[in-house]
Amino acid sequence: MEFGPYLMLATLEGAVSAAVLALTAVGLSLVFGVMRVVNVAHGEFFMLGAVVAWTVAHWLGGHPALGFALALVVAPVAVGGLAAVADWLVLKRIGYDPERTIVATIGLLYIIQQGALMGFGPEARPVEPPFNTRLALPWIEWGEEGLRLVWPWGLATTSYKLFVILAAAAVLLGVWALMARSRAGLVMQATREDREMALAFAIPVGRVYAGVFGLGAGLAALAAVLIVPIQQAHYLMGGDPLLLSFIVVIIGGLGSLPGTVLAAVLIGLTDGIVSVFFSPTLAKILATLLVAMVLVFRPQGLFGSTAR
Amino acid sequence: MRGGGARAWTLHLAVLVLLLAVQFVLPAYHHGNLARIMVLASYAVGYNILFGYTGLLSLGHALFFAAGMYGLGLAIKLGGWAAGPAIVAGLGAGLLLSLAVGALALRTSGVAFMIVTLMFAQAGYLAILYFGAFTRGDEGFVIPREARMIMWLDLADAATRYFVALALFALCLLFCLWLMRQPLGRALIAIRENEERTEMLGYDTFRLKLVAVAISGTMSAAAGAAYALLFGYVGASFAAVQYSILPLLWVLVGGAGTVLGPFLGTLFMFYLIDIASGLTTAYMMIAGVVLVMITLFARSGLLGEARRRLWGWLP
Repeated sequence: MEFGPYLMLATLEGAVSAAVLALTAVGLSLVFGVMRVVNVAHGEFFMLGAVVAWTVAHWLGGHPALGFALALVVAPVAVGGLAAVADWLVLKRIGYDPERTIVATIGLLYIIQQGALMGFGPEARPVEPPFNTRLALPWIEWGEEGLRLVWPWGLATTSYKLFVILAAAAVLLGVWALMARSRAGLVMQATREDREMALAFAIPVGRVYAGVFGLGAGLAALAAVLIVPIQQAHYLMGGDPLLLSFIVVIIGGLGSLPGTVLAAVLIGLTDGIVSVFFSPTLAKILATLLVAMVLVFRPQGLFGSTAR
Repeated sequence: MRGGGARAWTLHLAVLVLLLAVQFVLPAYHHGNLARIMVLASYAVGYNILFGYTGLLSLGHALFFAAGMYGLGLAIKLGGWAAGPAIVAGLGAGLLLSLAVGALALRTSGVAFMIVTLMFAQAGYLAILYFGAFTRGDEGFVIPREARMIMWLDLADAATRYFVALALFALCLLFCLWLMRQPLGRALIAIRENEERTEMLGYDTFRLKLVAVAISGTMSAAAGAAYALLFGYVGASFAAVQYSILPLLWVLVGGAGTVLGPFLGTLFMFYLIDIASGLTTAYMMIAGVVLVMITLFARSGLLGEARRRLWGWLP
């Protein structure tokens, strides 16, 4: 394959990971934005989503689309519920102190991860995609008789990958609508702006926090359900999404939703494209160093404008 | 802490004498474990100087531990150095890295400091994997027995290993006890209690914190180098996130800001995880449960609680 089609293929792969990354990172960003805490266990909620998806598909049997559709509902609700319980049992009791929350969520990370190892086992388990038609893609070439379409061998994607991109975009629109257009969003914004004032206006801040923590975890779980037919469910799969979400949230400006989505697309695409041409390890080294430098020299993020 | 000077020195020397004596009665398995625990406890003592005394929570100390380990290991493996100079290489690597990371990371504070140190350590871990041609990545490499000699001391021998581990631990422990009675140590504690006020009193807090990072990082590197030399293995798993979290866990369990706490925490967690790993493969579950329990119920750890309730003089 020549360079052009190759780049297009890399971009498509990058777009899939960017879509999933955006969902995961928006979950982390919501939690940070409203609650001002960093949830280190976020990657494990992602992993739980994939594990629940596998479990649902496995027990239901039948056509893969059935299990997948059910998992799309069950996984976010179950994982979100679990996160809300964890918030109520642990985070609420330590008063959302930023540093202690990190230590506590590191503890949660190990509990969830090792719990999955005990219940789910150490194997990587595949989930069948609900539909998976191969779509060959054309490439425009400058031939002797002007522009013409060619169909390079190997330049193809699947209907499922396109569905992942569209579904992620739809969910992100939903989150935006929730935050900007609904009463629940207004309540969350108020809590984020000024916790004490929100309390004074009889906003149940405790319940808002539990809800936001659950919503953030639910988004991660949803992202995992979408990716699990392409990746595979494994109890250690939460590490990479956590690291990448950190990177995205920091580059995008802590707590800013549009910045987070923009950064996710940027990082996801670059990661996809760079890993095709360079070593993925080198790409990760550069990305982590970049994040550290952004935090040191531009703590409001690359796209954030308000200095804190 | 005031007034307990003589008592404190007596207590810590007594602990060291006890550790010296106990090796003659311990069965081989626990003898080896205790040597390992003392090396890891030296790491925890180093971590505690930054976390417990200066109040800076780093999530990237595995970078310094690994710097000592790989500084020594690569000097032996690639440079063919003797153990003595290789130790200096390990310490030097730890010192340089901690100064560099400190100079950058200390421009931030709180949660950002944790994430920056975490990112630097992650970059270091990935770099070890990336340069697999030299480091042999995940698999790691073994330090041959003939390289594990300091003059006439054969460090592969169990009794010698115990003595060297004890010597390192004693050095770190007594240094920590001494440091916290010096003006420098007092200033670090003042930063933990109230950084703005310390700055107002005329202290250059950035420089003091940098010194704390350097001391803590170099001590961690010393533990890493000793671990490689005493147990003969250098591997990337020692640079992974888990080895940044473990010293935090040990110090929290034993008591942050206490001199003996890191040792007690390491001892306790080592055996807890040792027992758990006999029962299940998911033994890190224990670490998670303990971390959550400590943040919920025992903020000051074992010795911290003891100091609060029983012995106010405990350093």
